Amino acid sequence: MNRNTLSTLFRGVLLCAALVGSAAHAQTMAAPDDTLYQQLGAQPGLTRLMDDFMTRLLADSRMGPFFKDVDHQHVKEELVTQFCEVLGGPCKRKGPDMKKAHSGMDINKSNFNALVEVLQQSMDAQGIAFTTQNKLLAKLAPMHRDIINTP
Amino acid sequence: MSFRPGRLALACGVLPLALAGAPALAQAQSGTHSGKLLLTGGVSSIDGAAGGGLTPWAVTGGYGTGNEIGGSAFVTRVKTQDYGLTGYGAAVSYGDWVEVSIARQDFDTGPVAGALASVLGDPGFNGLRLKQDIFGLKVRVAGDAVLDSDTWVPQIAVGLEHKKAHPGHLADVLTAFGAKDSGTDIYVSATKLFLAQGILVNATLRATKANQNGLLGFGATDHTNYTLQPEISVAYLLSKNIAIGAEYRAKPDNFRDNTALGADALKEDDWADLFVAWAPLKNVSLTAAYVDLGKIVPGVVTRRQTGAYLSAQIAF
Repeated sequence: MNRNTLSTLFRGVLLCAALVGSAAHAQTMAAPDDTLYQQLGAQPGLTRLMDDFMTRLLADSRMGPFFKDVDHQHVKEELVTQFCEVLGGPCKRKGPDMKKAHSGMDINKSNFNALVEVLQQSMDAQGIAFTTQNKLLAKLAPMHRDIINTP
Repeated sequence: MSFRPGRLALACGVLPLALAGAPALAQAQSGTHSGKLLLTGGVSSIDGAAGGGLTPWAVTGGYGTGNEIGGSAFVTRVKTQDYGLTGYGAAVSYGDWVEVSIARQDFDTGPVAGALASVLGDPGFNGLRLKQDIFGLKVRVAGDAVLDSDTWVPQIAVGLEHKKAHPGHLADVLTAFGAKDSGTDIYVSATKLFLAQGILVNATLRATKANQNGLLGFGATDHTNYTLQPEISVAYLLSKNIAIGAEYRAKPDNFRDNTALGADALKEDDWADLFVAWAPLKNVSLTAAYVDLGKIVPGVVTRRQTGAYLSAQIAF
């Protein structure tokens, strides 16, 4: 490659980076509002989603064992509150932090991803748009650092 | 090489789309044991490593994570106006850390074979096929391309592709041109899924001596050193299991001074493609692309080589 080409190429890369950057920036600016919370149907929508989610988790051969012995109603309420908070809704999750909450179980990345898959199925079933799904997942995915505790 | 800015602009063109569109992280069928999300292992590149079609990404192939073993196998067919390439191979990964791959390529030289036979008066060139075996090794060194969605840190991997060319009747000619019959590419790749936007970006920097990816050997008289070549992929998740995108792969032009077959007779261009990848099932993906391989041996075939790329992969 000659120098001219390299410079053209890197200008192109910078353009790409700038576009992606502005997208990320726009998202950051929008974070304080509750658009995403409303898109997921606010409290009633999240409650329906978690009812469906828990049913699917218990039916899933990979996830069932993690959830069969827990207080389902309590976990659903915790999840509704947590999602509400993450999505910019008027909620504040109490309870133990995510690391402590999961320390009693061995959870690897495969388990984490399986849970994401089940959540995607539930969001599909609730008719939640792909865009919205991914925005939600982008807010939840970083929790892998506290939840995954086993190689 | 002949870089065309329009091509990268096209690659970038998917970005604004994503802001207004409906991206999706892939989903998968419940009940599979596989530990990764759909399509996040990429597809099989023509050289065997997991990635895009033309370039390796920092991801490891197959669906293994943690202590799991993942794997994939593929077959790829490329057909341009005058040439054809068939490739097949397999990759095995340990968790998200290490990937070992093998691939074989078989290139049909089309009209070049007859031209060589005629010009050199040697019928042994008729039906010439250039073959190549590729052994790949890739190690992830940092990051998680998918789950670290709150940072800019990409998944980073370093890799090598050791290539052994089998140029058949062309071997003596390549030796006379100063090309070796084996070489090792070394690369670093950075892959990032911008999850909220549904956009995956990969940048790879490859140190290589390969002529036409190694099918025409490695290095040339007066051009025996490694050069650094950038490769870029951009993909946009159009739905649960469909991604579209574009790729650009820069290549050396080691034969640029070779005049044995006429000036610029062996000039080498960069590669590019526009692709769509579809995973009808978690374990199956099909990739179709429009490829532009530039001119290949323009001393014999002057027109650009564009055409179709089709690849099927199974993964576990």
